[in-house]
Amino acid sequence: MPAPRPLRDIAVVAFAQTDHRRTSDDLSEVEMLMPVLHRVLARTGLKTGDIGFTCSGSTDYLAGRAFSFTMALDGVGAWPPISESHVEMDGAWALYEAWTKLLTGDADTALVYAYGKSSPGSVRDVLTRQLDPYYVAPLWPDSIALAALQAQALIDAGDTDEPALAAVASRSRASATDNPHAQLRGSVPRGDYAVRPLRTGDCPPIGDGAAAVILAAGDRARDLCERPAWIRGIDHRIEAHGLGVRDLTDSPSTRLAAERAGAFERPLDTAELHAPFSSQEVVLRKTLRLDDGVDVNPSGGALAANPVMAAGLIRIGEAAARIGRGASDRALAHATSGPCLQQNLVAVLEGDPR
Amino acid sequence: MTEVLKAPLVVEFPFTRSLGPVQSAFLTGLRERVVLGVRTGDGRVLVPPVEYDPVTSEEIGELVEVAPTGTVTTWAWNHEPRRGQPLDTPFAWVLVRLDGADTALLHALDAPGGPDSVRTGTRVRVRWAEDRSGAITDIACFEPYESPNPHELRDPYSGGAAALVGSDGRFEDPVTGIVAPARLDYTYSPGRAQSAYIRSLADRRVVGERCPSCRKVYVPPRGACPTCGVATSEQVEVGPRGTVTTYCIVNIKATHTANLDIEVPYVYAHIALDGADLALHGRIGGIPYDQVRMGLRVEPVWSEAGGHPDHYRPTGEPDADYETYKELL
Ligand SMILES: [Zn+2]
Repeated sequence: MPAPRPLRDIAVVAFAQTDHRRTSDDLSEVEMLMPVLHRVLARTGLKTGDIGFTCSGSTDYLAGRAFSFTMALDGVGAWPPISESHVEMDGAWALYEAWTKLLTGDADTALVYAYGKSSPGSVRDVLTRQLDPYYVAPLWPDSIALAALQAQALIDAGDTDEPALAAVASRSRASATDNPHAQLRGSVPRGDYAVRPLRTGDCPPIGDGAAAVILAAGDRARDLCERPAWIRGIDHRIEAHGLGVRDLTDSPSTRLAAERAGAFERPLDTAELHAPFSSQEVVLRKTLRLDDGVDVNPSGGALAANPVMAAGLIRIGEAAARIGRGASDRALAHATSGPCLQQNLVAVLEGDPR
Repeated sequence: MTEVLKAPLVVEFPFTRSLGPVQSAFLTGLRERVVLGVRTGDGRVLVPPVEYDPVTSEEIGELVEVAPTGTVTTWAWNHEPRRGQPLDTPFAWVLVRLDGADTALLHALDAPGGPDSVRTGTRVRVRWAEDRSGAITDIACFEPYESPNPHELRDPYSGGAAALVGSDGRFEDPVTGIVAPARLDYTYSPGRAQSAYIRSLADRRVVGERCPSCRKVYVPPRGACPTCGVATSEQVEVGPRGTVTTYCIVNIKATHTANLDIEVPYVYAHIALDGADLALHGRIGGIPYDQVRMGLRVEPVWSEAGGHPDHYRPTGEPDADYETYKELL
């Protein structure tokens, strides 16, 4: 079944991100976010007042600051009152909401941003609080432990082995050498086991960061940007929440989202995958049937910088920026949320023919 | 630039959650050392059981007893257990498919033989917790279990056949809810602007920040002008005197131990410090509660303990004219 074509042509026209760092304790969330908002607006010449809809993604649990997203809104300049929304999810889902808003015709431009400060807390433990509260969360299985269960399942299935996982990690950090925003780049040791079979090198760096994207519809997009990255399709799907119900070596939700986004209709040249753990890239490559003709994570991906809540939005931003500078014509961007790739979003972006 | 402040912050609270009928039966079963699954429309048995079919979303409720023995379907070696996890010595995280179930349960496996003694396919059995209350932690963990034939159900206690007790899922005094304590530890840092504000309080000065665009002075400063969306940085000392712009009378005794001495009723007010473009709030003292009014001129009474003023008291000046503070309500 071919994917339905969107009702309106909507594109990513600008993208900005922080340099991702292990800690940003000299800055509050709004202080960290604001320069990114200014940069993304400056790329289009738009002011806050020109934006039709604003949507953000973040979670208060990361830094332990209640209502931090309302404080972050100070950085937007939200007075007089703007049309605004927030999701307690990665910013990729905020982008999905903004895309939907633009589809309705209620707005022609949208500002989407996301931020996460993992440095004040222990993100391994914080993420246990998103798990099933009856059967799973009381055991406090941390994020690396759950990813390691998935990695072992892949090894048992013959889909990968420890050297292959190490190769994923080293290729990601080598690609990140050209990414000035990356936190971990170049040669990074495999390290000791964090939770076997995953080593520290298979895990994402812990850090703070923010990102922002501007969406625009139709001619507005062409006015604002030399080469808009048109969203040809975008969809998100979720797996059953019970880990033991799922086949952890596969990601049917990613495949379905990709089908619905039209990913399989024509060849891709680039894929920005949100795979915080090396083993998850193995799942996604298999599920999305990516061959050697596709440049996977030229930015370095989440293994090079993983500001939680922003890392998925950054995949869309990186793919769009690559189209914008003419390095890609058709790119897939993927974002994930939850343990072991529980929920997945896929967007297909295209540049106009050159 | 002043150095940023940091302090430990513990966020800790118990979540009280009610259970659906299937969850209630499962957790009550664990209390009684029985493991129950639920049968889906297509005949599969889910353990742990859920209220709705994960494929069809149909409501399901047919309970099926399964054995306390099973097979590891995947595992991960945790050499450094973390707070709250089932064991405090190195263990394996495991997904276990119990005999009679079609899906796997997440838990810990106590494997004294270390990671080399565990593999996918390892046979295991439940080790029950001594004190059981109807919670997933009633399973203390799993332990390796040598069985000559993995398809033969054996009672782990008697060694005889048939580990099933024949439960129909109905129990006396079923659990209907769980209390799940959660604790997360942080090192809180308020960032640049608020650090500077808090530092100046130590010198009994109130220092706000001015917006470079609209020139408004924000107290306390949060680092950004919410109207203009730009960074504030120019520091401006305000007060110490100010004007009550609006207030309320509090009749509920404070429960926080720091505030037990405060008698009710008392007045809590919005106070526009002289030179500030945003009102902050504080308690009004030194005047009967029913004589506080809009326009009342007040000044801070600093606490010996440092930090924010303990409260504000009347200065004795004439009341401020409404026109001077009407934008600061
Ligand atoms: Zn301003």
